[in-house]
Amino acid sequence: MEAVAFWVLAVAAVGAGIAVFVVDSMARATFALLASFLCVGGELLLIDLHYLGVLIVLMMIMEMLVMAVFMVMYMMNPAGLMPMTMLHNRRGALAVSGAAFAALAAGVFTVPWPRRAGRPPRDPTVALGEAIMGPKMLVMMVIGVAILATMIATVVLAAHRGRYDGGDGTR
Amino acid sequence: MVEVLVLGVLAVAAASFGGALAGRPAEPFREAARLLTTQRRVTARADVLLARIGVVSLPVAAALAALVVPFGDRVAVGTRVGVVWFNAMEVVAWGSVWLAGWGVNSAFGLVGGYRFLVQGLAYELPHMFALVTASLAAHSLDLRAIGHAQEGLWFAVWMPVAFAVYLVSAAAMAFWGPFDHPVGDDLAGGVLLELSGPDRLVFLAGRYGLLAAASAVAVPLFLGGGAGPLLPAWLWSLLKTCAVLALLVWTRRRLPVLRMDRAMTVAWTVLIPASVLQALVVAIVVV
Repeated sequence: MEAVAFWVLAVAAVGAGIAVFVVDSMARATFALLASFLCVGGELLLIDLHYLGVLIVLMMIMEMLVMAVFMVMYMMNPAGLMPMTMLHNRRGALAVSGAAFAALAAGVFTVPWPRRAGRPPRDPTVALGEAIMGPKMLVMMVIGVAILATMIATVVLAAHRGRYDGGDGTR
Repeated sequence: MVEVLVLGVLAVAAASFGGALAGRPAEPFREAARLLTTQRRVTARADVLLARIGVVSLPVAAALAALVVPFGDRVAVGTRVGVVWFNAMEVVAWGSVWLAGWGVNSAFGLVGGYRFLVQGLAYELPHMFALVTASLAAHSLDLRAIGHAQEGLWFAVWMPVAFAVYLVSAAAMAFWGPFDHPVGDDLAGGVLLELSGPDRLVFLAGRYGLLAAASAVAVPLFLGGGAGPLLPAWLWSLLKTCAVLALLVWTRRRLPVLRMDRAMTVAWTVLIPASVLQALVVAIVVV
């Protein structure tokens, strides 16, 4: 059952990834990419990394939709419903992606994979948090607040009336 | 799975209650029958696939969110990360609204869809902080555990700001009442404008479903879960959910739609700082 789900999600992830470069609309490409990411999130759920899996689902939806705004705004074809193509510099891109794939595939077969030591932790979310942040918790918290403050400050500065006035009359 | 069905029934009841407040409790049913028999309006050069995905994904997201909602200790899928899952399914609405607005190839629909995206972050951030605050106090992302952590004192009592922010942002995430700019009258219906027949019915049902799920999650987060005298836990959960849902439906009838720029200003300058400060206070008390 899990093996079937794994293969279905894996094929769907790759298929949606290919669709990104086949479809002729910016909007469809965006959502094909999102579908691919969601399949990857599903794979993580399958190996019991629930927090990471759900987090990928959450973050990727938000990210791709924010990106949809910018992609449609900046791409050569803002309407998106008109035909367009995602392929540029075909030969160069083909060479780069072919080489990258060959290197990664070679890595899969040549690296001696370590044997599993110990057992999976009872709560992988806690283990993950300890592993990533552990002794540096304070730094991470300060950086988190700093990033949020930066975001809000950027919005305030970028807003038309954020810098100069807060009233409604002068616009 | 019965929990998901219960939330579906609650969503229908919410629509009916909304009609009752206007004096016509049967109106939603009549409207549903009318939509089911109406022919679809077809727009020129629509991206039908994307529009359909947008329309259908809204009720699907609501049902998936309902999977982790506990009634007492009963829950369809017991997961340790229910809070994150619920939030992820709420965010699916961004995609649904944008796709439905974009796909029909109509200017008003498109503007409505973009409205929701540009507003999204301003509502999602305080929403997230409110969710985080309750999880922080309970040391868990499991909705059942959060409900159990409130023995004696409901989180709504000792973190009222987080509760208020949750209610406001939950309504906003379901583009409900004062926050219904994506489907606003000033846009001639926005995303809803070109949706007709069954499409419109499914989309509107999805919005009620989302609202019902958000109300049900407020219960384990802030209202003590199934705690209460005499009655069994699941019934207390149900009653509290009904109360929150009724409050949200009633708000829509009582409050005007906020002007969009004012709603944004309030979200960035009041809701976010208030929810961060609340999280800070709770963090200090808990640690």
